[in-house]
Amino acid sequence: MQRALVLRRTRSITRRLIVDRAMATLFALATVIAVAPLVLVVAYIVVNGVRGIDLDLVTKLPAPVGEAGGGMANAFVGSAILIAIASAVALPVGILAGVYLSEFGRGRFAATLRFLTDVLTGIPSIVVGIVAYTLVVVPFRSFSALSGGLALSIIMIPTVTRTTEEALKRVPTTIREASLALGVHEWKTVLRIVIPTGLGGIVTGVMLAIARISGETAPLLFTAFGSSFWGEGPLKPIAAVPLQIFQYAISPYKEWHDQAWAAALVLMLFVLVLNVGIRSVTRTGFQSRGV
Amino acid sequence: MRQRIRPEGQRMSARATTVAAAQTGRPEGPDAHAAVRIEHVSAWYGTRQAIDDVTLGIPPHTVTAIIGPSGCGKSTLIRCVDRMHEVTPGARVEGTVRLGEVDLYAPGSDPVLVRSMVGMVFQKPNPFPTMSVYDNVAAGPRLRGERVSRGDLDDLVERNLRRAALWDEVKGKLGRSGATLSGGQQQRLCIARALATDPAVLLMDEPCSALDPIATYRIEELIRELAAEVTIVIVTHNMQQASRVSEWTAFMLAGDDGIGRLVELDRTEQIFTKPSDPRTEAYITGRFG
Repeated sequence: MQRALVLRRTRSITRRLIVDRAMATLFALATVIAVAPLVLVVAYIVVNGVRGIDLDLVTKLPAPVGEAGGGMANAFVGSAILIAIASAVALPVGILAGVYLSEFGRGRFAATLRFLTDVLTGIPSIVVGIVAYTLVVVPFRSFSALSGGLALSIIMIPTVTRTTEEALKRVPTTIREASLALGVHEWKTVLRIVIPTGLGGIVTGVMLAIARISGETAPLLFTAFGSSFWGEGPLKPIAAVPLQIFQYAISPYKEWHDQAWAAALVLMLFVLVLNVGIRSVTRTGFQSRGV
Repeated sequence: MRQRIRPEGQRMSARATTVAAAQTGRPEGPDAHAAVRIEHVSAWYGTRQAIDDVTLGIPPHTVTAIIGPSGCGKSTLIRCVDRMHEVTPGARVEGTVRLGEVDLYAPGSDPVLVRSMVGMVFQKPNPFPTMSVYDNVAAGPRLRGERVSRGDLDDLVERNLRRAALWDEVKGKLGRSGATLSGGQQQRLCIARALATDPAVLLMDEPCSALDPIATYRIEELIRELAAEVTIVIVTHNMQQASRVSEWTAFMLAGDDGIGRLVELDRTEQIFTKPSDPRTEAYITGRFG
C-alpha cells in the first residue's frame, strides 16, 4: 500500500516536470519568434545599408539620374524641418492638454476628451495626411512643408497628451498636498511642483512621439510631397527621409537603391538611439528624484 | 534661535486682521481662550460620513494630541482645520473652524489664505523631490509670490532649519536634493518647510509613523520645543507618544456606524490616569483598538 502510494506520487512528479519543461520551451520559442523579425530587420538593413554610408549621404544633394555619387542631405534637413514644425504645433497643444486631463479634467468633458485622444491615436496615418491635404494643401494650392509638419503634429498630439497625463498622474498626491498646505495656489502647485516632478515622463513622451513621426511616410505622400532640392520655404514641397527612401527604392537605379538602404540605416539608428537614450535618461532621472 | 517679530510675521497678522474684519465672527464655543475652535464639524467623503459634530477647543502654545483607533476620523478632523479635507474630490465639510477671531469657513474665506496661516506635516515625509534642501524650506514664501531678498531668504532658511533642529546636519549640503536625506531628516525638513511660512498653528498627521525609534525620539523632542512658539496639534495612534509630547489629549472613536466622534478632551495626565469616559479608559488600557 505504502509502496504503491510512493510510486504514484513519483509518476505525477515526473509528469509535472515534463509539462513544466515543455511549457517553458514553448514560451521561450514564442519569445524568439516575437523578437526574430526585429533582429532580422536590423541585421538586413545594416548589411545592405552600411556600404552606402559616407559623408556625401548627409552633405550632398542628389546627383542627376545616371550619375554616380551625390547624397540626400536635402532629405535629412527636410525631415528635421518637418519634425520642428510638427513639434512647434504638437508640444504646446499636447502638453497643455495632458496637464489639463491630469490636473483639472473631471467629469464627462474630460472623459470624452480622453476617449477622443485614444481614437486619434488609432487613426491610420494616411487619413491624417488627407486631413492636412484638405486643410493646407488645397487652400494654398501647393504641397508644402507646412502641411507635412501639420500632418505629423496630428500624429504627435495624442501620444504627447497621454504620456504627459500619465507622467503627471504618477506624481504622488502627498507632494501636491505638501504644496497646497503651504498656502500655494493650485495653478502654481501644478506649474512649480507637479510638472517639474513629472518632467522626466513628459520628456519621454515627447521623445517617443518624435521617434514615431520621424519614420512616418504615408501622411507625407501628398503633403510634404518630396523634393530633390533644399526646401524653398514653408509653403513649398520639401524632402523627407522616409519619402526619399520610398522614391529611391521604387526607382530602377542601383545607386539609388544603395542610398535608400543607407538612409534607412541612418533613420533606424536615429530612432534606436532616441529610444535607448530615453530609457537611460528617465531611469536615472526618476531614481535621483526618488519618485 | 527664534525671532517672532519679523517682516513675514507682521504681514501675516495684518492679513489675518483684514480677514477678521471682513467677517465679524463672534467667539463662542468650548473655550474662549482657545487658539483654534472646531465647532460642530462634520465631514464627508462623497456620501460616506467620516466625522460627526465634533466641537473642540485647542489651547494655545501647547501640544494637543488627538488619539483614537484607525478610522476614527483623527486625520480628517485636522485636515478640516487647514481646509485640506476639501482638496479630496467629493469631500465636504459642515460646521466651522475659528482661528482666533477668524472664521476659516466663512463665505468668501480663501482656503489658500487659510493654509498660509496653518502649517501641516504629513504622515510620510514629502519633501519636494525636484528641490534642494534650501529650496524646500524657501518654497512656501517663494511659491506664494512673496518678495523676499536673497539675504532675507538665506536668514529664513537658516532660522527655520535651526528651529527644526536640522541645521547642523545639513548646513554643508543645502544644495543637495531633499530626497537624499534620511527619513527622519526628511521629516524635519518638512517641519522646517512648514515653519518657514510662520504658521500660528502646526498640524501634524502621525508625523513619526514612518520613522524608526531614534528619528521618532528626535521629532518628539522637537515638538516639545516648538510648543513654546506655535500651537501644535498632533494626530497619533501611538498612546505612549501622546503621553510623552502632549499637554492636552482628545480621544476620538468611531461608532458602530463607522462615523468618528469626539469622546473627550482633557489634560493628558487626566486622560491617561483617570479618564471620565469609560470608553476612553477601555482604549487606554488596551481593551480594544
